[in-house]
Amino acid sequence: MSETTHTNYLECLLKSWSTKPTESLSWLSQLRARAIDRVSTQRLPTKRDEEWRFTDISSLADLPYQPSQPDSNLQVQDIAHLCVKEVKNRLVFVDGHYSSQLSTIIDSAALVIGNLPAFLSTHASILESHLGQYAKFDNNVFTALNTAFLRDGALILIPKHTAIAEPVHLLFIATQNEVTSYPRCLLIGETGSNVTLIEDYVALQQGTYITNSVTEINLAANAHAKHIRIQRESTQAFHLANCAVSLAHASNYQSVSISLGSQISRYNLDVRLTDEAAECTIDGLTLIADRQLADTHTCIDHLKPNGTSRQQHKCIVDDAAHAVFNGKIMVRPHAQHTNSSQSSRNLLLSKTAQVNTKPQLEIFADDVKCAHGATVGQLDQEEIFYLESRGLSEVAARNLLTYAFGAEIISRIPVTSLRQQLEQTVLNQTQSN
Amino acid sequence: MINKNSTTILSVQGLRASINGTEILKGIDLTVKRGEIHAIMGLNGSGKSTFAKVLAGHSAYEVTGGSIQFEGKNLLELPPEERARAGLFLAFQYPIEIPGVANTQFLRLAYNTVQGQRGKAELDPLEFDDFVREKMKLLDMKPDFLDRSVNEGFSGGEKKRNEILQMALLEPKLSILDETDSGLDIDALKIVANGVNQIANPNNAMILVTHYQRLLDYIVPDFVHVMQAGRIVMTGGKELALELETRGYDWISANKQSVAGVIV
Repeated sequence: MSETTHTNYLECLLKSWSTKPTESLSWLSQLRARAIDRVSTQRLPTKRDEEWRFTDISSLADLPYQPSQPDSNLQVQDIAHLCVKEVKNRLVFVDGHYSSQLSTIIDSAALVIGNLPAFLSTHASILESHLGQYAKFDNNVFTALNTAFLRDGALILIPKHTAIAEPVHLLFIATQNEVTSYPRCLLIGETGSNVTLIEDYVALQQGTYITNSVTEINLAANAHAKHIRIQRESTQAFHLANCAVSLAHASNYQSVSISLGSQISRYNLDVRLTDEAAECTIDGLTLIADRQLADTHTCIDHLKPNGTSRQQHKCIVDDAAHAVFNGKIMVRPHAQHTNSSQSSRNLLLSKTAQVNTKPQLEIFADDVKCAHGATVGQLDQEEIFYLESRGLSEVAARNLLTYAFGAEIISRIPVTSLRQQLEQTVLNQTQSN
Repeated sequence: MINKNSTTILSVQGLRASINGTEILKGIDLTVKRGEIHAIMGLNGSGKSTFAKVLAGHSAYEVTGGSIQFEGKNLLELPPEERARAGLFLAFQYPIEIPGVANTQFLRLAYNTVQGQRGKAELDPLEFDDFVREKMKLLDMKPDFLDRSVNEGFSGGEKKRNEILQMALLEPKLSILDETDSGLDIDALKIVANGVNQIANPNNAMILVTHYQRLLDYIVPDFVHVMQAGRIVMTGGKELALELETRGYDWISANKQSVAGVIV
C-alpha cells in the first residue's frame, strides 16, 4: 500500500467536512479547524510506525467510508435486549447520532447528562475547558478525524460531592454499512463525585463499517469513576478508539474494558496521574477468534508522587486470530513512591493463534515499586490435573480453566446483570466438546 | 480401625514410577482395607508425594512396573477423572488457585460430576447450597468461602480446609491426604483433623502422607509406613511414628535390619 493511497484516503474522508454544522460556537469551530489541519498533515499509520508494527490497517485505505447520516427507525423494543437493568440514565447513539427517542434521562437534577450540542450555550465555558483537552490529536490521525467531525456526543458531568448510585449507560449502536461513525464522550467528575459509566459498542447485525470513537474523562480531586467499556461490534467492522483520562489529587479511576467484536480493533487508553495520590486500576480482556485482530495500547503516566496503578490485561485467542497488547508505564522524575504493577497474560487456544505482548516500563524516579510480568501459553497441566482429580474430564477441565481465565476480568465489572451477561458470552466462546 | 474381616480397597504391588527418566518409586507394596487409616512418613525426596500423585494418576509420572488394584479394578488403566469417579480422592499438598470460578460453582460441578457417574441425582444450586453449608460446619468454615474464587487468596489453612470439604462432599472410598498438615497452625490442624475423623468410617479408608508426627496426634493411624529412596522400608503401628519423632529418620537407616521383625 503506497503512501499516496493513504493520503488519498484521508482526502476522501475530508471531502465531506465542508458539510459541517453551522451552529458551532467559535471555540468549537476553531477546535474542529485545528483538527482538520492536523489531519491534512498526517497519514494513515502503517506497520513501519512503532506504535502500529503488529497491526496492519492498510485494508482501511480501501474503505473511505463517509460519515453516516441520521437514518434510523429504531424503536425502544428493538434495543430492549441491549438495556442494562440497573441503569436509570441511558444515552443512545445510532451510527454516532444521538437518539432522544431511545435515550432515557431520569436524573437531570442530580447530574448534567445529554447530547453535547444541547449544552453548547448553557455550559459553554466548562465544555471549552475540557472538550478536546485530554485526547490530543497532534500525533493521532484518528483522534484528529473524530474531532474534525465532532457533532453529537455524550456529556456527563457529575457535580461536586455527588454520588450517582446507578450506572450511566452509553449505548452506541451500529446499523448502517459502509459508513464511518464518530462517537464522542466527555465525562467530567467534579471534586468528590462518584459515578459508574458503561460505554457500550454494539451492532444490530453483521456488516462492514468503521467506528472511530474518542472518550475523554477528567476526574477532579477525590473523584471516583468506574468505567466499563464493552466493544462488541460486528466481526466485520473496524473499531478505532481513543480514551484519554486525566486524574487529579487522590482521584480514583477503575476501568474494565472487554474486546469481543470487530475484524480489526484498536483501543488506545491513556491515563495521566497529574497530581499526588491518584489511583487507577486498568483491567482488560480480549476474546477473539477466526481472523480477528484486536490491539490494545495503554499508557499509564505517573507525573506526581504517591500514585498507584494496577493493570491486568488478558487475551484469549482462538483460530487464526491475533491479539496485541502494549502496556506502557511512565514514572516521571518527580513521581516518587509510585506503586505500580502490570500483568499481561495470554492464552492461545489454537496453533495458528497469535499474540504480541509488550510491557514497557520507563522509570525516571528512583524510589518506586514497579512490578510487571507477561505470560503467553496454553493451560497449566497442574491445574488440569487438579480438576481431573475431582472427577472432571479433561475437556471439562480445559473448558472450566479457559472460562475462568476470562471470567477473572469479567468478575471485576461492578454491574451484576452486565457481568452475568458477559460471563455467559465468555462461557459460550470458550467451550469445546 | 483394623478389622480382619474387612475387604481390601487398595492393593499395590511392586510399583515403580519415574519422571523424566528418573526412577522415583522403586517397588512399593501396600495393602489397604476398609476402615483402616495408614500413615506414610518419610523425609523430603523419599517418594511419598510421588506415590500419592501416581495413585491419583498424574500424567507427568510414568509407571514402569508393578500393579495397583483398586476395589479389584486395574487402576493404572484409568485416567485421573475415572479414578476420582471410582472413589479415589487426593487432597493436594498445594491446592490450585482458580481465579474467576466461585468456590460454590466448582464444588457443585465436582459433586454433580461424581454423583452423575454413580447414577445418583445431581443437585441444583439451591439444593447444593443447603448440602454444602451442612458439610462446611464440619470444618468451621465461614459462608463467604463459597462466593470467593477457588483457593484464590486463601490462607494455607483455608486451602487445606477446602480440600477436606471436597473430600466430605465427594465421599471417596479411599482418601489420600498429601502433607495436609504442612503450613497449618495448631488450631487449623485440629479443625482439619476433626473434619477428617468425622469423615472416616468403617467403609472407607485413608492414607495420610506426612513428614511429621504431629498430625498423627489428632488422626490416629492403624499403620505407619516409612518410605526411603522410593521404597517402604518399615511398617509398624501408631507407636512407630512416636519412635520416629524422638529418634529421627536416621535411626531407620541404621536399624532397618535389626527391627526387621515389624516389617510386614
